[in-house]
Amino acid sequence: MKTDEFKNNDYLQRLVDKLNADGAGIVLTTLDEAINWGRSNSLWSLTFGTSCCAIEFMALGAARYDMARFGFEVTRNSPRQADMIMVLGTITWKMASVLRRLYDQMADPKYVVAVGGCTISGGPFRGSYHVVEGIDKIIPVDVYIPGCPPRPEAFFYGMMQLQRKVKAERFLGGRNHKESRPKEETQTDETAE
Amino acid sequence: MNLLDTIIKAAPEAHIVTETDGIQIVAVTPEELPAAAQALAQRPEGAMDFLYDLTGMDWGEEGLGVLYQLESTATGERIILRTQTTDRERPLLPSVSTLWPTAEIKEREAFDFLGIRFTGNPDMRRLYLREDWKGYPLRKDYDATANELTLDNEINADTTEEYTLRPDGTLECHEHQLFGNDDFVVNIGPQHPSTHGVLRLRTALDGEVIRHVDPILGYIHRGIEKMAERMTYPQTLAMTDRLDYLSAHQNRHALCRCIEGAMELEVPERAEYIRTIMDELQRIDSHLLFYSCLAMDMGALTPFFYGFREREMILNIFEETTGGRLIQNYNVIGGVRADLHPDFCNKTKEFIVHLRQVLPDYHNIFTGSIIAKTRLEGVGRLSREQVIGLGATGGTGRASGWANDVRKRHPYAVYDQVDFEEVVRTEGDSMARYLVRMDEIEQSCRIIEQLIDRIPEGPVRTKTKPIIKLPEGIFTASVEASRGAFGVLLESRGDKSPYRLHFRSTGLPLVHTMDTACRGAKLADLIAIGGSIDFVIPDIDR
Repeated sequence: MKTDEFKNNDYLQRLVDKLNADGAGIVLTTLDEAINWGRSNSLWSLTFGTSCCAIEFMALGAARYDMARFGFEVTRNSPRQADMIMVLGTITWKMASVLRRLYDQMADPKYVVAVGGCTISGGPFRGSYHVVEGIDKIIPVDVYIPGCPPRPEAFFYGMMQLQRKVKAERFLGGRNHKESRPKEETQTDETAE
Repeated sequence: MNLLDTIIKAAPEAHIVTETDGIQIVAVTPEELPAAAQALAQRPEGAMDFLYDLTGMDWGEEGLGVLYQLESTATGERIILRTQTTDRERPLLPSVSTLWPTAEIKEREAFDFLGIRFTGNPDMRRLYLREDWKGYPLRKDYDATANELTLDNEINADTTEEYTLRPDGTLECHEHQLFGNDDFVVNIGPQHPSTHGVLRLRTALDGEVIRHVDPILGYIHRGIEKMAERMTYPQTLAMTDRLDYLSAHQNRHALCRCIEGAMELEVPERAEYIRTIMDELQRIDSHLLFYSCLAMDMGALTPFFYGFREREMILNIFEETTGGRLIQNYNVIGGVRADLHPDFCNKTKEFIVHLRQVLPDYHNIFTGSIIAKTRLEGVGRLSREQVIGLGATGGTGRASGWANDVRKRHPYAVYDQVDFEEVVRTEGDSMARYLVRMDEIEQSCRIIEQLIDRIPEGPVRTKTKPIIKLPEGIFTASVEASRGAFGVLLESRGDKSPYRLHFRSTGLPLVHTMDTACRGAKLADLIAIGGSIDFVIPDIDR
């Protein structure tokens, strides 16, 4: 992939423009840069593998694709310790509330990566009576990685886009990484179980 | 006495409806079903002790019904019982769960999908859908707008319901307590790294010892069987790869065989060879992943890298020929999608030589290790009677001394032309389940070696029309998937899409064994037992 194509992302460009327009102090931005460099290279994911894509994600962890090269290799099974949630596989109606609850339990700043056709739109199961047609109906999504399942290279491309997004953010002094949620807040019970 | 006579002796009104693939379908009335079932289950000359599958059906005007696919483990005879009730408001059928324990969970499935209540089944909760779900989705008159996506948390009942019929025809409901007030219940899943998918287990503990395991399914229920009713036959194929994604080839093979059998379509010999080789490669792929995951669940990370190193080589071979790594979409009705890649044979042969060299390493690092031995040997024992009763096929059944390999019992493709051993062990513990699968890798290598140089020349696909219509009737097919017998049951009404398409999940009976296998074991062993039983959840939930 050519550098121009990799950098071709209007959404990130808007973020950078906004940052530049607002202006910031030298000290804070320099600190921000250092912090974001660290954050973007150690993205800890909460794996939410429900079906096929999770197996491809495991292949990423093995020697051939070795995601440790990019700093994604630490997976957490607790939402409290994760920076991002990686949704791998179909989300059904029964699962929707669980996914939402886990997302709510994560600490800010948090990101969502939707992997595979099912999480983006319902994929091959669109139109079923029990499938959520895109997880963006439940939680806000930062990066979509299409495929059924996506190739490991596609995973990396998506994850590197997320790294770019992390780097384009302001960590100190106000947050700009969060666009408004697609739906009104739904009250979920965090204390149960 | 042959099967039909046995049934008629117990149930005089029984009669043959039709025949499919040499298997008779015998209709019995609900009143006579218990007697007929009992006579078959206790038949002296080969008891029909294996309930292969139980399929709920909606026949519209004719009412709701169930098909029981029975098989004898001794003689291999097969028969299908059919029973139905015309009452759509309050459909009731007698339960057969006392004769075949696997019916307990399969009747729950039929209740969940079709609303048929089974009198005498101790557990009549929903199986897949939320407990507050309205309607029964596989009914033809199901209203798809009856339910809405809700983000409320689901509250699961601690009791189960059992219905019995009073002599005057009214229903009586007993409650059984699943978990008492004094039980210490640990919830595992649905989002847990070691449950191999989104399985949820509610586990009652006595100190560290497991008293009871209650699996809650449906977190990845996608309604594939209902969706298939709207699809044309070639479209339905795409669903099978996504059931058990580690048996993608074999699942699709089963559905293709079923449709080809119904069409009476001849598959070219070259395609049969390719299918067999691909099935076996897939089996090695799945077992390597099993090895990796079992070791990783128990905390050993190096075997994970070993297993995936060889697995990537298989994925490369798959990718060259089929274009897909995990989900290949390779089998089509009438053959396979494309011819083999020119390098396929050489690469496969090289791979097998390589795999033989590294398999001793696998055993050196894990099998002999004292930790693996202590955690697997003697843990989670299942007896032969238990696995047959629970219908746990595949490596789990074979580890308990039940020779259930479909490839041997009802050969398909070119399995009757190759020489291989069916790996059977008798210990029935986690170690035996693990070793059966490791030995099966070697047997799969043997099968591939025998076939790889003999692939005949010729076409790889019989041309079919783009729109396929099947004749009316019920058709079945089964294959040996990576973790057990996978079956397809298809009812056609002569249209371009199936009237009902049902998949026999290999994993559902396996999850059902968890309660039996884990009772009395330690909580830490639950993960190792689950890993050794080796289920894939999307295949269970469908």
